[in-house]
Amino acid sequence: MYLSSVMSRQLKEIVIKNIFFLFALVSIFILGLIIVFLFREGVPIFKVVSVKDFIFGNEWYPTYDPPDFGIWPLIVGSIIVTLFASLIAVPLGILSAIYISEIAPPLMKEILKPVIELLAGLPSVVLGFFGMVVIAPFLQETFDLPTGLNIVNVSILLAIMAVPTISSISEDALYSVPREFKEASYALGATKFETIVKVIVPAALSGISTAVMLGMARAIGETMVVLMVAGGAAAIPESIFDSVRPMPASIAAEMGEAPFRSDHYHALFAIGVVLFFMTLFFNLIADYISTKFKEVGTATL
Amino acid sequence: MQDDSIIKVKNVNFHYGDFKALTDINMDFEKSRVTALIGPSGCGKSTLLRLLNRMNDLIDGTRVEGEVLFEDKNIYDSNVDPVEIRRRIGMVFQKPNPFPKSIFNNIIYGPRLLGVTGKGDLRDLAEQSLRQAVLWDEVKDILGQSAMMLSGGQQQRLCIARALAMKPDVLLMDEPTSALDPISTAKIEELIEGLKKHYTIIIVTHNMQQAARISDYTGFFYLGKLIEYNLTEKLFTTPDVKQTEDYITGRFG
Repeated sequence: MYLSSVMSRQLKEIVIKNIFFLFALVSIFILGLIIVFLFREGVPIFKVVSVKDFIFGNEWYPTYDPPDFGIWPLIVGSIIVTLFASLIAVPLGILSAIYISEIAPPLMKEILKPVIELLAGLPSVVLGFFGMVVIAPFLQETFDLPTGLNIVNVSILLAIMAVPTISSISEDALYSVPREFKEASYALGATKFETIVKVIVPAALSGISTAVMLGMARAIGETMVVLMVAGGAAAIPESIFDSVRPMPASIAAEMGEAPFRSDHYHALFAIGVVLFFMTLFFNLIADYISTKFKEVGTATL
Repeated sequence: MQDDSIIKVKNVNFHYGDFKALTDINMDFEKSRVTALIGPSGCGKSTLLRLLNRMNDLIDGTRVEGEVLFEDKNIYDSNVDPVEIRRRIGMVFQKPNPFPKSIFNNIIYGPRLLGVTGKGDLRDLAEQSLRQAVLWDEVKDILGQSAMMLSGGQQQRLCIARALAMKPDVLLMDEPTSALDPISTAKIEELIEGLKKHYTIIIVTHNMQQAARISDYTGFFYLGKLIEYNLTEKLFTTPDVKQTEDYITGRFG
């Protein structure tokens, strides 16, 4: 009697443990399948064009005869819009996080926090639409441009998308700075501003850096907005008012018309592989900063 | 009557929201003396301490009535800047709270805010403060290393040094040894003994022996009221109030 109840209890433990393990395995397995598929469909293009010509080639004419598969303009487009978006989103995101976490009165905090998080939930197609019908005509008229669908426009929208990520993760980091540090600073006669700049922000730096990296990863992988407002010109831009064709936009725009398993089709998947490595790179940096930098960094500030 | 008091608390009431934490406190703190505040948890002694350098301002929903005179000026006057007060009345907390910076940068944090920038000046100040806190010999070779790797007792002495680097007139200590082992505690008590020549020290402690050992005056608090305020020797041997006697002999608490 006693023995059997012990047995069944142990059996239950084992079953539960394995069910959880199975579910954990499933998500990893699916992710693995996606990566395998991505590579299987992307790699064949390198029989047609070398890796170097693919990445650094300046001509993207996948439907010409003979076609050109150089994605350098697309990579440059992606990097430029991500960079400009970060220039806007990083200060905005961090400063708003500081305001919400340290300065805002409680009522203001309760309004601002959900509003910024709501911004993250805004469908990107709605933002893209906003860019097309509001920002684009405005830019076109104000600066007398041939088109308002350009780097500036798309950078503004990507910044709007990255701000909630940067702001909410930074705010968590700032919030978790121990109260004792703040008290110590105030007790030494520091003002609020001095305390924020010299104690709170340095102590939260690793979290803030992670927030920035994740925000940038979000911007570089965003598809709908860049498809709608980047203008779609697969050429290296010469001014910030030029149109560009970032990688996700290219894939989304062309996949529908590329014949199945054609060179064009494989080339688009290969762009996906490049994009995959770029976001992976951002995530690895974010991860590196949040672990390694934390131990050494905060201690040696 | 000769007036040696540096801080005078007059008819002070203090509220956290609806909760009245201090009732009608009147207390003078004498210059260059150690005054201990004792009493059971929640009796308001820490609240009173934090009133003296306006640290309670940082908590939402608090209200102060009455006056706290520092050198005959009410620090709760609307034209007084709390930052100015905190620069002259330093504080050491219950839990050692060095910044996650180097030992050196911890010490010079305050002086830098005051605008001291010369490398040599800062170094001299750091050495002087660390010597005062009897920590210099232990850390003089590792000033550039993180303060976080020091032991708890060393961290607390670093916090004392950090407060001393501001050259305050008064040093408030909120149970500075409650998180420390007996040896570190002894070191800090010894340090307080040495510091009282130059500083007015007000210390909150749960440890009655500590109060008896290091203080000149002791105030006993109970339920937000100052029950008895007397010379330490008198309070611990022949207290005027029965309640005090009951508390120090352990009959209630």
